[in-house]
Amino acid sequence: MAVLVYPENWDGKFKKLSFELVSYASKVAEMLGVQAVAVSIGSVDEGELSKLAAYGASRIISIDNGSLKSLDDQAYTSLIAEVAKSVSASVVVLSNNNTGKALAPRLSVKLKAGIASGVSRLPVSTSPFVVYKKVYSGKAFANVEIKTPVKIITLAQNSFEVTESPKPVAIEKSALQPDQNLLRTKVTDVQKQTGKILLTDADIVVSGGRGMRSADNWGPLVEMAGLLGAATACSRPVSDEGWRPHDEHTGQTGKIIAPNLYFAIGISGAIQHLAGISSSKYIVAINTDKDAPIFEAAQYGIVGDASKILPKLVEKLREVKSK
Amino acid sequence: MKILVCISNVPDTTTKVKFIDDQKKLDVTGIQWVINPWDELALTRALELKDDASNGVQTVTVAHVGLVSAEPTIRKALAIGADDAIRVNTDPADAYGIAAQLAEVLKTEKYDIILCGIESSDHNGSTVGGMLAEFLDCPSVTCVSSLNIEGGQTVISREIDGGKESLTVPMPFVAVVQKGIAKEPRIAAMRGIMAARTKPIRVYEPQAIENFTEVLNYEMPKPRAACKYVDAENAGQLIDLLQNEARVF
Ligand SMILES: Cc1cc2nc3c(=O)[nH]c(=O)nc-3n(C[C@H](O)[C@H](O)[C@H](O)COP(=O)(O)OP(=O)(O)OC[C@H]3O[C@@H](n4cnc5c(N)ncnc54)[C@H](O)[C@@H]3O)c2cc1C
Ligand SMILES: Cc1cc2nc3c(=O)[nH]c(=O)nc-3n(C[C@H](O)[C@H](O)[C@H](O)COP(=O)(O)OP(=O)(O)OC[C@H]3O[C@@H](n4cnc5c(N)ncnc54)[C@H](O)[C@@H]3O)c2cc1C
Repeated sequence: MAVLVYPENWDGKFKKLSFELVSYASKVAEMLGVQAVAVSIGSVDEGELSKLAAYGASRIISIDNGSLKSLDDQAYTSLIAEVAKSVSASVVVLSNNNTGKALAPRLSVKLKAGIASGVSRLPVSTSPFVVYKKVYSGKAFANVEIKTPVKIITLAQNSFEVTESPKPVAIEKSALQPDQNLLRTKVTDVQKQTGKILLTDADIVVSGGRGMRSADNWGPLVEMAGLLGAATACSRPVSDEGWRPHDEHTGQTGKIIAPNLYFAIGISGAIQHLAGISSSKYIVAINTDKDAPIFEAAQYGIVGDASKILPKLVEKLREVKSK
Repeated sequence: MKILVCISNVPDTTTKVKFIDDQKKLDVTGIQWVINPWDELALTRALELKDDASNGVQTVTVAHVGLVSAEPTIRKALAIGADDAIRVNTDPADAYGIAAQLAEVLKTEKYDIILCGIESSDHNGSTVGGMLAEFLDCPSVTCVSSLNIEGGQTVISREIDGGKESLTVPMPFVAVVQKGIAKEPRIAAMRGIMAARTKPIRVYEPQAIENFTEVLNYEMPKPRAACKYVDAENAGQLIDLLQNEARVF
């Protein structure tokens, strides 16, 4: 028996998200009295793989194969399922990010395993197996029992601290090959912008609303995001107006995100906006209207004019960074 | 070519959710039910593809697993422009069950493109689309932000870290769609509403499928700690608090 975890890599490197997942999986393994096994897919060198051991993985299985350069839902699923069977996984942990959303549901059918997605805590109990997850876009939570022998959990981003618990580790190169018949999607073009952070994976997000007043006022906001290594985002009216690109819009009809820190600048906090960001760990609101609903969702707030406050924040951040 | 759009019937987002029966059940009194917003956009995209005759889309069908009480939502999809509908007559209590019921129907009804939303706004599972693809043993692409047909080939783009990827995928396939797939949801015109009354809804009785998960009870979120205010004149202090108190960077 084991807890299997799939920490994704980005161009051969793991991120905090990967370590969060492994930390979580190893705690679940501890609750069950079994080992945590990590499976990595793609080209990741041994040094990078061994980092996973620091977070409690006791076995790392690496599937490295030239035909696995980009995500193919079907091929990746069948590889993870093979590994899950070979290590007799009773729990499989993935992230509730784009990749996890692509793979976890397919795995559920392949392994006849019940799934709970967007789980934000350790299991409430392991027998019966009950987890706590967000429902109604954060307006409520549910205790969900997974009734099948194998269980799949997708972990909400930024909901679990990265915890070090180094274990002696064995790194195994797996000879598993993807079934070429399953590799049916073909990537024909990749457009990357350097420095652009995937909004749904970002740790910190700096977001602006109609209170930014015009497309010309985003300089300091973008600069602040740059200093923080943050992604930029916006409310829907802002992307509708064309002040910012459509892929930055968060909310019910935009991106659903769960960063560690979300700055809502000149955003009123409409329910449709909150539906996309309420899982953020910390929300900072900057708004001229002290009664704006966003302050009810925020932990930190400044009542005032964003065009005056942003330059001050930028200045302070520069100072902090230069130290 | 035939397109299927799977739709979830959800409380309008502005609903204040409440639970009854020891917090075990959603209190549905007064709830306004709507097509899940992503599914509305998926339907819009399907209809846009059909509008351009060169794409060769013959029909757009919507499918819902749910009881007869969901028919107004299905009719709304028909009013927006879907040609016909499928309803599997069972309580949709678990994503696996929903996907399994849909897969059963798709053994006899065949579609080339199946669209699902990235998430249903009620249970936030993000799972039905992928599950359905695995049941059908067909490819899936997730987080799809555009879908076009070019010379009979489907060209899809999805977001990745730092940008976008374009891919082609052979039919049949499941596309799980997100923001970008269509700009604005199409709304029903008077003519559409009239026409919807007579469009067919094929009702299937459910298979015996055991649910894999069960909601034991619901909880309301703990109230967040009251907002801590920083004086606008001293805005820089916010950075100190975030760094030293919240420790977020
Ligand atoms: C079906 C549906 C779906 C929707 N989906 C989404 C969605 O996904 N995402 C989304 O964001 N919205 C969505 N909306 C729209 C939503 O209801 C709100 O209209 C929208 O979020 C408001 O955007 P905003 O906060 O930028 O603008 P406003 O509500 O206009 O708020 C602007 C705020 O800026 C403040 N302000 C003004 N000047 C300044 C200044 N100088 N400095 C600081 N603050 C200032 C104001 O006090 C105000 O609070 C949806 C609506 C519907 C009906
Ligand atoms: C009164 C009521 C009570 C409910 N109680 C429960 C409950 O206790 N537990 C529970 O898990 N669910 C319950 N549901 C069902 C719930 O509405 C969801 O449809 C279902 O759980 C799938 O949610 P998900 O978040 O996993 O879907 P997701 O996987 O997030 O949905 C993604 C996409 O799958 C498709 N899809 C989702 N649901 C359906 C459907 N029913 N028919 C066709 N396509 C669909 C849509 O394209 C959707 O965009 C209840 C529904 C109602 C009306």
